[in-house]
Amino acid sequence: MSVTNAARSAPARSAGRPPSLGGNISAWSNRHRKWLFAAPAMIFVGVLIVFPLVWTLYLSLTDSQGSVRAATEFIGFQNYLTVLTDTDRFWPAVGRTMTFTGVALVCEVVLGMGIALLLWRPFRGEKWVRVAILLPLVATPVAVGMMWRLIFDPNIGFANQLLGMIGIPPQPWLSGQDTALGTTIFMDVWQWTPMVVLILLAGLTSLSDEPDEAARVDGANAFQRFFYITLPLMMPTVIVAILLRGIDALKTFDILYATKGKGGGSFNEVETLNVYAYGLSFDYNQYGLSSAVLILFFMIIIGSMWLLTMRKKAVSK
Amino acid sequence: MTVLTPGQTSTGKPPVVHRRRKPLATRAYKVFRVAALITVVLFLIAPLFWMLLASLKTNVDIYDTGKALIFSPTGENYANVLQRNNYFVFIFNSFWVAFVSTALSIVLGVPAAYAMSRFTMHRSALVVLMARVIPGVSLLVPWYYVFSNLRMVGRFEVLILSHMFVALPLIVYIMMSYFDSLPLELEESAQVDGLTPIGAFRRITLPLSVAGIATAGILSFIFSWNNFMFALVLSGSSTKTLPVAIFDFVSYASIDWGGLMAAATVVTIPIMIIALFTQKYIVSGLTAGATKG
Repeated sequence: MSVTNAARSAPARSAGRPPSLGGNISAWSNRHRKWLFAAPAMIFVGVLIVFPLVWTLYLSLTDSQGSVRAATEFIGFQNYLTVLTDTDRFWPAVGRTMTFTGVALVCEVVLGMGIALLLWRPFRGEKWVRVAILLPLVATPVAVGMMWRLIFDPNIGFANQLLGMIGIPPQPWLSGQDTALGTTIFMDVWQWTPMVVLILLAGLTSLSDEPDEAARVDGANAFQRFFYITLPLMMPTVIVAILLRGIDALKTFDILYATKGKGGGSFNEVETLNVYAYGLSFDYNQYGLSSAVLILFFMIIIGSMWLLTMRKKAVSK
Repeated sequence: MTVLTPGQTSTGKPPVVHRRRKPLATRAYKVFRVAALITVVLFLIAPLFWMLLASLKTNVDIYDTGKALIFSPTGENYANVLQRNNYFVFIFNSFWVAFVSTALSIVLGVPAAYAMSRFTMHRSALVVLMARVIPGVSLLVPWYYVFSNLRMVGRFEVLILSHMFVALPLIVYIMMSYFDSLPLELEESAQVDGLTPIGAFRRITLPLSVAGIATAGILSFIFSWNNFMFALVLSGSSTKTLPVAIFDFVSYASIDWGGLMAAATVVTIPIMIIALFTQKYIVSGLTAGATKG
């Protein structure tokens, strides 16, 4: 409010001096600084993001395929019909996307909450634990994928050596048709639980001590205090963590493509919607079809975000 | 429970608070906590350590499960990767793309975040933040369409533009919550003292925002360095970045594990060193706006 007042007084100040071109430009830019500041970024976003989205929408209604320079024909909702009736690739991919995101999110939030509670109160060596938490988070996902490929290698991997020590027979891990998706979920949990820990820890440290103290005075034990005091107070932060992590988990591509390659493996074991759409576009050049998949995928993301935001509003009240 | 020593309540001094201690439960919890923390650290660090070890082994040693921890280290894999496979070029490409896209995004993003924070431009902010939600593939198809028709695929400009798509919304998001937390009074008093609003932004707000810009810049650099999908489609043989170079490593029939792990270490080590020195910034950037409610 007061900034806007000051903005109005700026030209008044320069009006006292003899008008100069520089003064005019300065007065003009000060008056219009709101849009002067915001416009470059907005235009960039508009050209690079909104325009491609509109184009994707258009492409999804055409039979574009093969070369990007080939002529295309408008075919209406044919692509959507093809995709939505495709029980071979599309619906399994939807299922895998949901399984991957759901299971990974549950593991990450539960583990993340546990670790955040462990780190909540200060202790000696805290610095080193925090470093350990940061490292998976910043590691390059493709490199992480390659690292796990070696560890989960059925013949020479450390994972099977470890299982062998406690007498469990070796598992196929990434190369198994039924175990591949679970293994990639494990990788996602390893890399991104730290992110959830950091968010929840920020939430925990911003909590006031008083409700917890009061419950302690009333004789509540640690579990009661967590489930009846801390957790309800943390709910908005938990939902933010789910929201931020969920968006990225839905869109996971790097570790899936790096560990299983094109089409999510030879039986499409880990083919999520993102991997499927990528494959349609750049491995098979089915631009029209992939655009339809992408629009549907986008709607799924927006839909789940909307649901979570509603939930957050309900919790915050 | 708070225990008050007799006579203290009436003096008006704040009562000294003694927390009731439960020695047994506390000690059991302490042991549990240390054990749990060690498990967590091992779980997070051991795989990275394994990658580092494998990068120092010959391929014969990697296949020998008896030499899991005890082996004679060799730098052969690194020499191979860096010299024969020209990784110095890829390191430079990754660095250059990350650096330029971050710098440009800061130039565009910081003023925009400032305007959006001070004038509460919620709808505009939403448009920019949408970019965090959109799946990258849905942008890649039109970009690829346009840039291949312009015959520009494989050039740095295209790669940098695509990385800015990730960097710019991130920087706007972090800087908005940073500007929200900066008190307005400083700018106001600067304007009372005769600075124009833009002058106040340039001379007062910007110098105060160095920590925030560092946070946003470091994170954006890391995300760009780690980015795989955009470079996979849009980079050419001379602009290939490290993640794509690593991916190409396995497209042959048999995997050179030692070399692959050396390559993976080469791409992760620089980013981890940056992270170690800028830990505080990274944490504040990743959790920006998360607790605002």
